[in-house]
Amino acid sequence: MNELIQESKVVSFVEHLPKTMLPFNNDLLSKASDVLKSIDFPTTRTEAWKYTRVGRIASISTANQVTREGKNLSREDINSTYQISKAGLTFVFENGVFRSDLSSGEFPVGATIKPLTGCDKDELALVGKSLQLENEVFHSMNTAFAVDGMYISIHDKAVIEAPIQLIHLITGKNTVSNLRNFIQIGKFAKAEIMQSFFALDAETSFTNVITEVNVAENAHLTINKLQYETEGNYHIATEQVDQAKDSTFTINTMTLDGTLVRNNLNIEVNGVNCMTNLHGAYVLKSNQHVDNHTIVDHKQPHCESNELYKGVMDEKSTGVFNGKVFVRKDAQKINAFQSNGNVLLSDDATVDSKPELEIYADDVKCSHGSTTGQLDEEAVFYLRARGISEKSARHLMVAAFIGDVLSKIENDEFREYTHSHLQDRFGWEF
Amino acid sequence: MGYTENELAKDLENQEYKFGFVTNIDSDKAPKGLDESIIRFISAKKNEPEWMLEYRLKAFAIWKEMTEPTWAHVHYNKPDFQDITYYSAPKQTKKYESWDDVDPEMKETMAKLGISLEEQQRLTGTNVAVDFVMDSVSVATSFKAKLGELGIIFCSFSEAVQEHPELVRKYMGSVVPMTDNFYAALNCAVFTDGSFCYIPKGVKCPMELSTYFRINEGGTGQFERTLVVADQGSYVSYLEGCTAPQRDENQLHAAVVELIALDDAEIKYSTVQNWYPGDKEGKGGVFNFVTKRGICERNAKISWTQVETGSAVTWKYPSCILKGDNSIGEFYSVAVTNNYQQADTGTKMVHLGKNTKSTIISKGISAGKSQNSYRGLVQIHKNAANARNFSQCDSLLMTDECGAHTFPYIECKNSSAKIEHEATTSKIGEDQIFYCLQRGISEEKAISLIVNGYCKEVLNQLPMEFAVEAQKLLAISLEGSVG
Repeated sequence: MNELIQESKVVSFVEHLPKTMLPFNNDLLSKASDVLKSIDFPTTRTEAWKYTRVGRIASISTANQVTREGKNLSREDINSTYQISKAGLTFVFENGVFRSDLSSGEFPVGATIKPLTGCDKDELALVGKSLQLENEVFHSMNTAFAVDGMYISIHDKAVIEAPIQLIHLITGKNTVSNLRNFIQIGKFAKAEIMQSFFALDAETSFTNVITEVNVAENAHLTINKLQYETEGNYHIATEQVDQAKDSTFTINTMTLDGTLVRNNLNIEVNGVNCMTNLHGAYVLKSNQHVDNHTIVDHKQPHCESNELYKGVMDEKSTGVFNGKVFVRKDAQKINAFQSNGNVLLSDDATVDSKPELEIYADDVKCSHGSTTGQLDEEAVFYLRARGISEKSARHLMVAAFIGDVLSKIENDEFREYTHSHLQDRFGWEF
Repeated sequence: MGYTENELAKDLENQEYKFGFVTNIDSDKAPKGLDESIIRFISAKKNEPEWMLEYRLKAFAIWKEMTEPTWAHVHYNKPDFQDITYYSAPKQTKKYESWDDVDPEMKETMAKLGISLEEQQRLTGTNVAVDFVMDSVSVATSFKAKLGELGIIFCSFSEAVQEHPELVRKYMGSVVPMTDNFYAALNCAVFTDGSFCYIPKGVKCPMELSTYFRINEGGTGQFERTLVVADQGSYVSYLEGCTAPQRDENQLHAAVVELIALDDAEIKYSTVQNWYPGDKEGKGGVFNFVTKRGICERNAKISWTQVETGSAVTWKYPSCILKGDNSIGEFYSVAVTNNYQQADTGTKMVHLGKNTKSTIISKGISAGKSQNSYRGLVQIHKNAANARNFSQCDSLLMTDECGAHTFPYIECKNSSAKIEHEATTSKIGEDQIFYCLQRGISEEKAISLIVNGYCKEVLNQLPMEFAVEAQKLLAISLEGSVG
């Protein structure tokens, strides 16, 4: 057994990575490094990773990490290409390192926003509080080797109108970027955060990002997330969310590119009368593999959660959806809805869907639905009969299918940005 | 005062198990424990040919290397496999030549269970042939001669091993290989009896075939095998029922059922499972770990219908491998859990052929402190063009201490497949009760009405003889509330 552990790929994977310099709690750090010494990368025999193989990530040669001198970019480059909303603050990170030279915007009143490297121990005391480290290679790796990330604290009763944008760039070959964000939304406060991920001349690089979120009483938070890293790059993201009573949390996950993308959403609803919305869209081609893994844990009564995930798979791509809704004992009057729709455009594409319900209270309304099919030929015919070319008809139908999810996005700029990038990537012509 | 939910919960708790009696029949038992000598003992007792013994020993070797599965959503104390008697047969093992030879005690047992073998012997026109299996040994098979005229073979498994070895060797383990899982391997090593059925080409079996399983002896495990082969173009409807006495210990039941539907054949397999579920403190009861699977060749159809009300722990997934083009698989299930019962049940539909269709209707009812899970797999392989699946899993919660869970797995590798899955979990709506009350229907009647309506889709699939029994069972399981 000991021999096995010594041969664990995790140990050799992390040995060249620089240890985190962030002022995390010592217990947390030692726990994370203990986990990394004791387990290996998950295999498809691990239930949570049944449909996603991480072998390609495990075999990245991490020995020569690119020096973090930074890519030669200007603020204008960022603002013209990657910035989604012109209003508000924009923070740019390259391979997990904060680039103040590329960041812009005015700091809003009622919020403390800075990179984690600028925080002290007290501010980061709550980091890792509800994140599971046991048996979680990527969570532990992120904790032990986090480079930097964003600290966002919205003060009580503050309403931040403009979205706070975090732009993450990954560059270079075999880069491993461990990013950590810590977000606290105070009582009666409201904010919107945009996170976008891009790759710039990157090859077999790996982004491992964890965003911890605490939403206090009566607070509202929306996260809009866009994943647009190029082919050949890997991405694992975890959102660990803790909701207090009367709060609302919404996350829209748009996955457009990336060879292997895994999103873990762990939402713990710890207060009564909460609202949770999880929306996601993934439009895939070539060899892409996208896995959305969501957990909504209802621990208190009188809450509602809505989940809508839609995917279109073309060529040899694979779409995975695993949604889990827990309703704990005595968490009565819960309405939980979960829906996953998939369209397969090619015979080489694959869909694996696993919508789960685990319910321990009786006065609840919970349902889930999952469908897999193809574009309706009759609808295609209908459009063609009206003078629309077959290609356009199919594009129109894919766009409409995904449109259900896009229409859930309240921020117009984010929705339009996503739509236009989908249009570019898939050559949609209507 | 109206009938309240609390009263319903109390009634549910207090309902008694009706089949908990023990029959005092001397039995011939093997010593407790499991090793090669026990397997040789069983094989020798059954006077089995050499190949059968080899098969058993091979399975035993495989089983020893395996570990018990833990992925199911159930919690129980693992059975001690050395503390089980693997062979127990009612002592009088000689073949019954006529019905009159059957031990009167045994006849009484059957009468108590409501199996009217005796009546059937006299009355013509009753259309069920029964194979009665007690402590995994087949004790009586009726209507054999009449079926024989059509070329239908319906006998105990050990008889089939003796008399039709070519069929048994060809099909046994072809659907559930001995390496399939822990309990299937165990069953292959120690199975004592079961039923065998072969329907020849083009024959439509004129009556329902039925097996009745009963665990009688204490400290025993029941390991039976059922093998049903429907040759080209044939049809058979097969029924299975089970009960066990009330005992404080947990008895193990690990069966294997294999169905083979050749081209254009159809098998309808119905189960009413009512093993002893344990008392209201959750003490005792049967551990029901069963592997059931069928394979469909071209244009064939297999339909599983089950009503699950018994067992302390159930772990059972009747599955269909839709190998042939145009084949059809169906699964209809009602699972009722009460007190401390735990059920993890569902199905697997594996679509391999083109134009294959599957339907899954699963209805769970949880009461008391029970946990009821649906776990299903729908797998569409690359070449299964135009495959179609529809799944619906509903759960009904009767108390605030029980749980209902759904774990569907959907895997699709073909772009012309259509898969739909939907699940709901809820309790009986106050508005539904109110609607009934308004129309002069008492609360108790209303609950009964709603539960019956809820299960109707599945109960409708059962053959007539069984539907009555299933309805009675549902009533017993939820006695006091459901009239």
